[in-house]
Amino acid sequence: MSVIIDRRLNDRNKSAVNRARFMRRYKAHLQRAVADMVSRRSIRDMEQGGTVHIPHRDISEPVIRHGQGGDRETVHPRNREFNTGDRIRRPPGGAGGQGSGTGEGGGDSEDGFTFTLSREEFMTLFLDDLELPNMVRNVVGNLKESRPQRAGYTPQGAPTNLAVARSLRQALGRRIALTGAARRRLAEIESRGDPDAQAVDDPVLAEEISSLRRRIARVPFLDEIDLRYRHRIMVPRPLSRAVMFCLMDVSASMDERKKDLAKRFYTLLYLFLERKYEHVDVVFIRHTDDAEEVDEEHFFHDPKTGGTVVYSALHLMEEVIADRYPSDQWNIYAAQASDGDAFGADPEKSRNFLVEKLLPKTRYFAYIEVGDEGSSRASSLSSAYRRIESTRFAMRGVQERGDIYPVFRELFGRQTA
Amino acid sequence: MAERKPISTGADWDFELIARYDEAIREIAVGEFGLDCYPNQIEVISSEQMLDAYASVGLPISYPHWSFGKAFIRDEKAYREGARGLAYEIVINSDPCIAYLMEENPIALQALVIAHACYGHNSFFKGNYLFRQWTNADAIIDYMVFARKYIMKCEERHGIAAVEEALDACHSLMDFGVSRYRHPPKLSAEAERVRQREREEYAWSRHDEIWRTLPPPPAPAGPDQATDTGLSGEPQENLLYFIEKYSPRLEPWQREIVRIVRKMAQYFYPQGLTKVMNEGWATFWHYTILNRLYDKGLVTDGLMLEVLASHTNVVSQRGFDERGYGGFNPYALGFSMFRDLRRICEEPTDEDREWFPDIAGSDWQSTLDFAMRNYKDESFINQYLSPRLIREFRLFAVADHEDREFLEVDAIHNEQGYRRVRKLLSEQYNRDNLLPDIQIIGFDRDGDRSLRVQHRRHRGRGLSGDSTRVMRNLQKLWGFTVWLETVEEDGSLVDTTEFPA
Repeated sequence: MSVIIDRRLNDRNKSAVNRARFMRRYKAHLQRAVADMVSRRSIRDMEQGGTVHIPHRDISEPVIRHGQGGDRETVHPRNREFNTGDRIRRPPGGAGGQGSGTGEGGGDSEDGFTFTLSREEFMTLFLDDLELPNMVRNVVGNLKESRPQRAGYTPQGAPTNLAVARSLRQALGRRIALTGAARRRLAEIESRGDPDAQAVDDPVLAEEISSLRRRIARVPFLDEIDLRYRHRIMVPRPLSRAVMFCLMDVSASMDERKKDLAKRFYTLLYLFLERKYEHVDVVFIRHTDDAEEVDEEHFFHDPKTGGTVVYSALHLMEEVIADRYPSDQWNIYAAQASDGDAFGADPEKSRNFLVEKLLPKTRYFAYIEVGDEGSSRASSLSSAYRRIESTRFAMRGVQERGDIYPVFRELFGRQTA
Repeated sequence: MAERKPISTGADWDFELIARYDEAIREIAVGEFGLDCYPNQIEVISSEQMLDAYASVGLPISYPHWSFGKAFIRDEKAYREGARGLAYEIVINSDPCIAYLMEENPIALQALVIAHACYGHNSFFKGNYLFRQWTNADAIIDYMVFARKYIMKCEERHGIAAVEEALDACHSLMDFGVSRYRHPPKLSAEAERVRQREREEYAWSRHDEIWRTLPPPPAPAGPDQATDTGLSGEPQENLLYFIEKYSPRLEPWQREIVRIVRKMAQYFYPQGLTKVMNEGWATFWHYTILNRLYDKGLVTDGLMLEVLASHTNVVSQRGFDERGYGGFNPYALGFSMFRDLRRICEEPTDEDREWFPDIAGSDWQSTLDFAMRNYKDESFINQYLSPRLIREFRLFAVADHEDREFLEVDAIHNEQGYRRVRKLLSEQYNRDNLLPDIQIIGFDRDGDRSLRVQHRRHRGRGLSGDSTRVMRNLQKLWGFTVWLETVEEDGSLVDTTEFPA
């Protein structure tokens, strides 16, 4: 007789480990593809998965077969017009007969191998080996932040927290425990009697039966001591929230292209922070000769022109920190993008302010200089910033889209201790 | 025809229904036609699980390796895009015989698969001489569990990369890891474990720090020392076996991995030799059994139509000039041959009497049973491909000779060509014709330990471009220089390539 087994509930993802092995092996390919995707994508769908193409020759598994040349005969079906002795021009490529039948394997050799990354995998590769510099978990300290967490069951509680299944289980256990002996005795007596006889003749036994029955009936189905409630306790949690300041120069010299570069950098930073922290706030500060806090739409798209005073933005950032994001409760990150055209005393003043006031409070401050394509001239702001010596500060120049991701990786690459 | 009393009418299935179909099919397969089968274990799985099973070459359990991941990704993609349906079934040569049914299939296909896999393939596994000789149906699952555990333990100890490298090298040599003349000892996971532990313990017990302090021994006294090259004059065609036994450099765990891959190659060896027969046999029986079910009035017209639709798909053979032609469809060829065989027994023509005097008009069941038990693809075709079938398939042979400018049609489906076509098609299923002849002919045990491998060129055919990579893998496993000598059929040396350590 055949045995029929339902295995549908077994593990489905048996191949996950093999898939992971595959990814591990072709990580270099995948990472290159990810970098490529990042530079091509619009920011809105940065976070999606993607398709990776791997050339077939790179993933083929070598085997020994007969090569070309030599003599061979192959049999094919569905002859139409050939007769013995007919001569056929050798097909180009010299594969020797149509397909030559020796099993050259996988017909898709020309197409290469296409591999779809899930969103999660994309992000993992994307952020692989990146690390937040100076990530200090802010101490719990006197912070009130705590969260409810499940902690089993309790006999007391509010009716809304009643765990029905658990309570019934408890009741069942109690009933079994309290009536077990009586039921056993009852079964014993009844099995002795003739099953056909309606009543038990022996009055003593009849009396015992009815007393046992009464005893069993007296045990309640559900008792108050059975009730169980879901228990929750408050657990203090280490702080895991961050605020990201986006500072951008929107003066006349920052055109759409430069803004787009800056925006891409902010997007990467945001995605990155979001993975590392549970909660990420973003503050947009744009400045010309005067700084203001705006929403995202205005930040990127509202045209506004004017001069350039970098200091104003830094100053506003400090105010916002003091006002809303005390540095002992928030992990503060900042990314400043500018083309670096600052004038007069502004660069020096900004530098000093940054070093003295802002850097001590921030985890990391990145300055991205979006230059014109092909230019490598050092701007006034960058020459001032260059003299900042702090592990919390970094600056890089970016000229085109393709630069963004490498620069980002460079800034946040895992430091080998 | 009996009055119609179908087992079911709808398309849906449930477990009870499957059991009833199985019973009805068993009654026909075993009761009426006398197929001899292992007990069946029918497992219902989802399409994802089917993809998983695909990826690990049809074994329900296997060790982790990237190439399985690659197969999985490829199959999954093809399936999702609808480029390819899943095969309806996977059946494992084990005792009990495990067959997978896919949850998504309607009852018609489930019935088809039960007949095809649980009675067709199953009886083939149990009956065919190659399977009887070469595989232990009752031990394979156990052995794979052992292999998986062992390889995962190696990964923990020696790192994923090192294990992967060893497996890659072994996989590329898998075709050359088969012993064709010696019976492999019975597989037993427990025995494997014990043997492997002993091997390791022996290595430990032999290790003594004090030996390292001794001055190096004097050079070997001379050539009169017995040299155990493991060859005793005979070349060795099982490269993996030789590596496992004699490689000077391999660590015990690497040796074990070589062994595992070798055992798997051995397990799959008969399947490769009987593709046409095996699929043909199973297809013939699902066709016969379901028709019989229909004749008995146990299935509806609708179910039968559905069965026939997928049956027709399975046995379609594309012509050589059609798009997507990839050689012979083993289902088509095998099915036609078994059906033709039955026809020869039941309604022989004069031609059949001339070509097959001893089976024309004989009892078809015993004739088919005999063919199933005692042949492999090559000999099966050589023995039973009838002129009628050659005409039906309109077979023709093309000769490709290097020194001629044109391809030449060698033989076609006519009186003069039958024997030639049959012989050539049979050759096409000869393993020796598919795989180059590569053997180990010696190694220099007392000198530089270099290994000599010989490729005997057959009719001037060289090795494919990949073979350099495979030879490098062989070199890696061997640990010292490997020489590849190419010789002509008469033994004259053509070329020597060095793969230095």
